[in-house]
Amino acid sequence: MKKKALIALVGLAVVSALTACSSPGGSGGSTPAATDKPQSQADKPSNCDNKILYPSATRVSLWGWSPTLPVAVDAFDKAHKDVQICWTNAGAGSAEYQKFSTAIAAGKGAPDVIMLETDHLNSFLIKDALVNLSDYGADKWKSDFSAGTLKDISSNGGIYAIPDDGGPVALMYRKDIFDQYGLTVPKTWAEYAADADKLKSAGGPAIGDWPNDTPAFAQAMFAQAGADTFDYNINQKTSLGVDIDNAASRKVLDYWDGLVQKGEVVTTGQSSTDFVSELSSGKLATFIAASWEPGHLTGAGFTRGPGSPWRVAMLPQWNADSPVQVNWGGSTYAVTTQSKVPHAASEVAMELFGHENQQTLGAHFPQHVKVQKASWFVNAEDPFFGGQKANKEVWIPTADAYKGQSYSPFQDYYYQQVTAMLTKTTSGAESSKAGLSKLQSTIASYAKAQGFTVKTK
Amino acid sequence: MFLVFLVAPLVYAFWLSLFSKGLATGTTFSGIGNYVKAFTDTEFLGGLLFVVVFSVVLIPLQMLVSLAAALVLDAVTTKLARFSRLMIFVPYAIPAVIGALMWGFLYSPGFGPLAQLFGLFHASAPNLLGSHEVFGALLNVVTWQWSGYYMIIIYAALQGIDSSLYEAARIDGAGPWQIALRIKVPLVASALVLILVFALIGTLQFFTEPQVLAPSSNGAITPSFTPNMYAYNLAFANSQINYASAISFALGLVVFIGVYIFLFATRKKGRIV
Repeated sequence: MKKKALIALVGLAVVSALTACSSPGGSGGSTPAATDKPQSQADKPSNCDNKILYPSATRVSLWGWSPTLPVAVDAFDKAHKDVQICWTNAGAGSAEYQKFSTAIAAGKGAPDVIMLETDHLNSFLIKDALVNLSDYGADKWKSDFSAGTLKDISSNGGIYAIPDDGGPVALMYRKDIFDQYGLTVPKTWAEYAADADKLKSAGGPAIGDWPNDTPAFAQAMFAQAGADTFDYNINQKTSLGVDIDNAASRKVLDYWDGLVQKGEVVTTGQSSTDFVSELSSGKLATFIAASWEPGHLTGAGFTRGPGSPWRVAMLPQWNADSPVQVNWGGSTYAVTTQSKVPHAASEVAMELFGHENQQTLGAHFPQHVKVQKASWFVNAEDPFFGGQKANKEVWIPTADAYKGQSYSPFQDYYYQQVTAMLTKTTSGAESSKAGLSKLQSTIASYAKAQGFTVKTK
Repeated sequence: MFLVFLVAPLVYAFWLSLFSKGLATGTTFSGIGNYVKAFTDTEFLGGLLFVVVFSVVLIPLQMLVSLAAALVLDAVTTKLARFSRLMIFVPYAIPAVIGALMWGFLYSPGFGPLAQLFGLFHASAPNLLGSHEVFGALLNVVTWQWSGYYMIIIYAALQGIDSSLYEAARIDGAGPWQIALRIKVPLVASALVLILVFALIGTLQFFTEPQVLAPSSNGAITPSFTPNMYAYNLAFANSQINYASAISFALGLVVFIGVYIFLFATRKKGRIV
C-alpha cells in the first residue's frame, strides 16, 4: 500500500514536471509552481466551487466573492496546466474577513490566495498574514498600476496584494430630474448645494444621501477634502499616526449636516433595502457612488439601455482649480502566509485578472492600466448610463488622478466608530467638532491599548 | 459528554479570558485585568444597562400578554379556541432570524406596508429603527415571538388544575373573573416563575434580533448594543478573542447573579401564596 502511494507520488511529480515545461503560462523553463515544495495529494484543497481541469497540478485554494470569478478562474485553469485554482466563495466583505481572522488566530484554515478590499490590507498586514509578493516577482507588475493604486497595495516598498478592480468615486445623477428642474451638473460642492436649494424650493426630491452606516464613503469624502487620517507602515509595525480631528473632515461634516438640516439631503442607511428603493423611485436626484455601484444596482433590477435615467459626471470639488479624486472600495488578491505553495499562489494572485477581457471584467473598473487603455474599454458605451461613454468621460480620468489613501491597521474598528460618530453628528446631537475630537481620542486610546505608539499630527 | 461539550469549552474560554493580546503586542497573562476592564468599559456597561431596562419593560409585558391569552383560551372551549391557540403559538415556530428579517421589512419606511399605509394619507412613514424608536421596535418583535410559547406553558399548567376547585368556587359564589384571578393565577404561579427565569436569561443574552436588524438601522443598533453582540463583534470583527471571552464570562456572571437574586426573592413570596 505504501509502495503504491510512493509510486503514485513519483508519477505525479514526473507528470507535473513534464506539464510544467509545456505550460503556456511559464516564462522560460521553470514555472513558479515548480519552485514550491511538491504538494501531497492530501494537501490538495478539495470541495472547489469550480471544476479542476488538471487534477495532478499544484492546487491553489482561493477565497473570493467577485461576480466574475467563475469566468476568471476557469480561464486561468485552462491556461495553466501546472497550477489549478480551487475557488470557494467564503462570503462577501466582512463575512470573509471574520473567517480569515479566525483562521489566522487558529494558525490554519486560511486559503492560499484571498480576495481583500484595499482598505483592509493593513488590518491583515499587522497580523503577519500576507506574503510580500515582491519576493515572488510582483515588481514586474508595477508599471501596470497607477501611482495611487501602488500606494494602496504597498507597504515599506513591498507589494502585498494585486488589485483587480478599483472604486473611483463620481457623481451619478438623474438626467430626468435635472432636466425637469433645470439644474446644471455641479462641478463644485458649492454648486451641488445650490442645486439642492433649487430642488427644495421647487418642491423636488432630495439631492442626495448622507448615511451613517457607510463609513467607507465618509472616509473617501474626508480624504477628498484633504484629510490624511492614518500614517501606517509595516516597517514600523507598532507605530501609528492618527489625525482624525482635522479641519478637512470638519468641513465635510459641516457641509453635509447643513444640507441634512435644511431637509435637502436624506439620511437613509445605504445597506438598507430602503435606500435602493429610494434610488429607483426618483426620491434622490444624485448618488455619490463608486464605479462598482452600477453593477450592483443592475443586480437590483435597475433599467439599462436608452430608458435609463441615470448619467454620471466627475465628482464635485472643493476647489475646482485643484481637483482631488478619491477611491471607495475595490478589491485585491493577496497570498496568505499560511500558504504552503507561495510561488504558485503568487502566480494566481498576479495572473488571475492579469489578462482582463469583457467577460472577466463584468461591470467592474479595472486597475490594470493596460486594460484601462484598451480601446474596447475606453470606448465602451455603458447601458446603465443610457449609452454614455462613462469609462472615457468619468471613471478613467478619476482613476488616473487618484493619489492613494491611508488606512488603519484596525479598519473595522475604525469604521464602527465612524458610524457611531455619524449617528450623533448627523442627527445634530453632537457638533462636528465634538464628534471628531471624541473619535480622535477613542481611536488613539484604542491604538494605545492595542500596543501602538500613537503619533498625533 | 457533559465534560467534553460543556465543561471543556467553558474552561478553555475562561483560560483565554485571563490573557490579553493587542494587535501590536504578543500575548501576555493579565489575570483578572480583562474583568476589571470589562466592568469599567462604558460600551459593555451601556449594553448591560440596555438589556436590564429592556428586561424590566419586556418581561411584565410578555407575561401579561401570555397570561391573558392562556386564561382566555382556558375559559373558552370552542373550535375557534384551538385554532387561536395554534395561531398564537406559530411565531415561536418561526426561526428568530426569519422573524427579525420579516419585521425588518414590515418596519421599512420606504417600501413596507407602513409606507403604503402612510402614503394613503400623503404622509411619510416613521423610521421605526431610528435611535429612539428601536427600543419599541425590538420589544414588539420579541413579544410577538415568545408570548405564544409562554402562553402554552401557562395553558398546560391551567389544564392541570383540578376542575372540582372551580365548581367549589362557583358554589361559593365566585364569578369567572374571580375564578381567574383568585384561583387560576395563584395555582399557575410556579409556571409564571419559570417563564420569568427563562425570559430573564434570554433577554440578558439578547442577540439575534438586534444583530439581524442592525444593517437596516443606519447605525442605530451599534456593535455593542447588547453585551452578547459586543462579545461577538469583539471576537470576530475586531480579533479580540481574549477580551471577548472575558466579556462573555462577565455577562454570564451578571445573569447568574440576577437569576439567583430573583429565585431567592420569589421563593419567599411563593410561601405567602
